[in-house]
This record gives sequence, structure tokens and C-alpha cells, in this order.
Amino acid sequence: MKEIEEQEIQELESQEYFINMGPQHPSTHGVLRLVLSLDGEIIRKVEPHLGYIHRSIEKMCEHDSYQQIIHLTDRMDYLSCHMLNEAVCLGVENGLEVEIPERVKVIRTIISELTRLSSHQLWWGVMGMDLGAITTFLYGFRDREMITDIFEETCGARLTMSYNIPGGLMFDIHPNFQKRTKDFIVHFKKKLPEYDKLLSDNVIFRERTRGIGVLSKEDAISYGVTGPSGRGSGFSCDVRKHNPYSAYPKVEFREILREEGDCFARYKCRIDEMWESLNIIDQLIDNIPEGDYKVQTRTVIKLPKGEFYQKVETARGEFGVYIISDGMKSPYRLKFRSPGFSNLSALDKMSRGCKIADLVAIMSTLDLVIPDIDR
Amino acid sequence: MDNEKLKDFILKQIPAADFEENAQYLLAIVPASHIHSISLELKNNPETRFDYLFCLTGVDYPDHMQVIYHLKSTELNHYTVIKARIDSREKPEIDTVCDIWHTAEFHEREVYDLFGIVFRNHPDLRRIFLDEEWVGYPLRKDYKDPYNMIEY
Repeated sequence: MKEIEEQEIQELESQEYFINMGPQHPSTHGVLRLVLSLDGEIIRKVEPHLGYIHRSIEKMCEHDSYQQIIHLTDRMDYLSCHMLNEAVCLGVENGLEVEIPERVKVIRTIISELTRLSSHQLWWGVMGMDLGAITTFLYGFRDREMITDIFEETCGARLTMSYNIPGGLMFDIHPNFQKRTKDFIVHFKKKLPEYDKLLSDNVIFRERTRGIGVLSKEDAISYGVTGPSGRGSGFSCDVRKHNPYSAYPKVEFREILREEGDCFARYKCRIDEMWESLNIIDQLIDNIPEGDYKVQTRTVIKLPKGEFYQKVETARGEFGVYIISDGMKSPYRLKFRSPGFSNLSALDKMSRGCKIADLVAIMSTLDLVIPDIDR
Repeated sequence: MDNEKLKDFILKQIPAADFEENAQYLLAIVPASHIHSISLELKNNPETRFDYLFCLTGVDYPDHMQVIYHLKSTELNHYTVIKARIDSREKPEIDTVCDIWHTAEFHEREVYDLFGIVFRNHPDLRRIFLDEEWVGYPLRKDYKDPYNMIEY
């Protein structure tokens, strides 16, 4: 009897089939369509289809002045808007050879780290929700609210900030800025251990992330996976350490590296990075030097002929601005190297052999922002 | 390896290579036909070990096109930029490097989509952002779109 059953099972052929995930799937965090080739519930291949919100920002930049380009960048990775603005400004300042006041550098660094914190808080909340825990979303947004309030008071916007201009900042910081930031640090240092208690130590969460979506260090480098996703695989790629800009050479912080390369390692990298961000802000917030908040640049900025590559570390990884200038008021060609685009290319490699539910965890830990990928 | 040594290294591989001065990184301009061999050598040679391709893009010039590769070695911590010059604008073709750096697969699809540069031996060369039916290559300088673009 048993023999017959086994024979029957062998005769049943399995057939690969396709299923569309997205473009309106909640866990894709935007309009990303994945075509999954499945064998039963096992993923054989993942093919991302992009371009639902492709706006051709690079083409628009070829007609815009450098001041206008800054406002386009924060529509790409809206969660790391300040860092993207900073990247363009640093590139332009680099080309103009303008020396930036220390005060600007310090303020830019503090705001960058606040942006990184707010991005990671949102990621943490959404990651929990992807895996079935609603509470994390509320926790993440509760703490994020304090940062967006600080941003609102500083520059008037809560999401797409555009606080930088070539040569410095648009306005000086608000008189309340230091106090509110310090209040936030005190508050968040108490709340961050709760994040660990709620999610990191949760057995179900650990089971769903440990050993899932493993990416080796060699693959991380080859696919260009940067940011916390790459550092979770042991790829030392923190631009703040390797090509320090603004006030980063002056502060002490650790580059978080883990060896495992699975979802939990990437998750833990971001949690530890939040501690490091708090640490950086702690060092700078009482030491903002006096001085001007901007250097006057010309109204029409013309970069000298040549090319300038500027990279910064956003919340998702290494962001590069590549400007080729022919001496006119707009760049001849401008390329944004967005971290999400490269990180996404490794998704297929990571998720082969996993289940669909694992794919959701993998995508959450890659922390994809679709406008950043589509540009 | 510093820039002078790198320059000699690339010159030894490709005597026809040109270099641009006063740049942030060492810029080497090579003919498109050499790109696969020089990439393989730069990746595998123990003295260079360029294992991280952090940016790949194209540029359209009036009489030729370029594909630009930004390379970094994570072990030896040096940088270089290779520019492959493609002389034809009508039928631009170049060898793929996505067997050397996996990240090139998506980036080359993007360059194909927006510039129309064909990458030979690419495993899956399709448009990545635009529709398959889209006519033309938007990032080319002579691209015209009366509906979506404003003339300056």
C-alpha cells in the first residue's frame, strides 16, 4: 500500500507558474510589481518590473539650474530627503570650490542623522506591520512625530524638506532647535530599548527572519548592495567612514557590521545604527559653532567644465550624484546613483528557494523606497 | 595603488587609452571594443582588485556616446573611472560586464532603456523603466517629445 502511494506522488508533476505581486501590494511600499515564478509555494525566480513612477528626473535636471535640482532630489528618496539635498549641494560646492562655514557642516550633520533616525523609525514600524504586528507601526510613528515636528519648525516642511542650498542652508536653525532635539534624544533613548523588547526578542519574529534571505559578502559587493543591507552581510561600505563629508570626520561612531547576511542581521544593523545616530547627535548638539549659516553664491551658478562625483550615506545606502558640466547653468548630464536600485537587483538572488511570506520579510529588510528606484 | 601606477597599468593593457587630467578620480577613456577585457583584468588582477562597480551610466555627445564605469576596490581602497567610447550614435553597441559585476545587469538595462546602447551578451536586455512600445531613447540629446517636454 505504501509503495503504491509513493509511486503516485512521484507521478504527479509539479508545474511552475507565475503570480503577480503588486503593483498595489501593501508590502511593496509603493508601486513595484514583482513577477514571481513559483513551484508550489517555493520561489524559483523574482523579476521586478519598474517604472510605474518613473519621472525622468535626470532629463529634467538637464534643463534646470542647480538650485532647482535640489528640489527634485527630495522627491526621490523622500525618507532621506535631507541627505539627497546635501549630496547635490556638496557636489556643487565642490565644483565651485566654496569653503563652507563650520556651523553649516554641523547643522547639516545633525539634520542628516535626525533624518536617518526618522527613516529607520518608519522602516521599523512598517517592517513589523509587514510581518503582522500592528503595534510597531504606532510606536514608530509616535517617535517619528517628534522629529518631523523639529523639521517643521526648522524649515517649514515635514517630509520633502529642501533645507539645503548651494553654499549653506536656507534659514538658520530655530531658537528651539537645540532644546527640542535634546528632548527628543532623552525621549528616544528610553524608547529604543522598547523596540528591542517588542520585536527583536520576539520568538515569532526571530523565526521569520533568522537564516532567511542570506546574502554573502561577495554577492553584496558584486550586486552593489550598500547601506545597512550591505553591512548586514559584512560589506564595509559606510560612506561616512570611507569618504567622510560635512562634520563626520570630527565625530566618533562605529560602523555597524554583521557577518550573517540574513534578514535578522540587516534588521539588527538598522537598530544599532539608530544608537549610533543618537550618539552622533549627542556629540554635536551642544557644540554648534557660531557663524554664518550660508556663504553667498551667485544667483546663476555655473560649474566649471569637468565632472564631479559626490557620494553620501543615506538611510538606504550609498547615494551618488555624478555631474558632468560643460560650463553652462545646467549640467550636461546628471546621474543619480540611487541605493535602492542596486539593492533591489539582489532581491532575486536572495529570495530563490524561499516562501512568499519570506519574500515579504526580505523586502522589508531591504527597506525599498520606490521613487528612489524609479527616479 | 596610486593614480600613476594605475595609469601605467591601464596603459599596459590598452596602449590606445586616453586620460583626463585634473579629475577627482583617475579617468581613462578606452575604445568600446576593449571594455570586457580591461574590466576582467581590473577585477581579477591581485594588484587592482576592482570588485565594486558603484556607478554605471551613459552619456550622449554630439558625435559619439560613452558608457562610464565607476570602480572601487574594497580591499585596496582605490578608485578609477573607465569611460568606454562608442563611435557610432546610430547603432551603439558594447560588450556587457554583468558577468563580472552583477550590479551591471540592472544598470545596463537602464542605459539601454534611456540611451539605446545595446549590450552584447546581456542575459535579459529589455527596457527597465519605460514600456516595451516606447519609441526613442529619452536621455539622448536629440530626443523630442512634444507632449511631456517643454522647449526652453
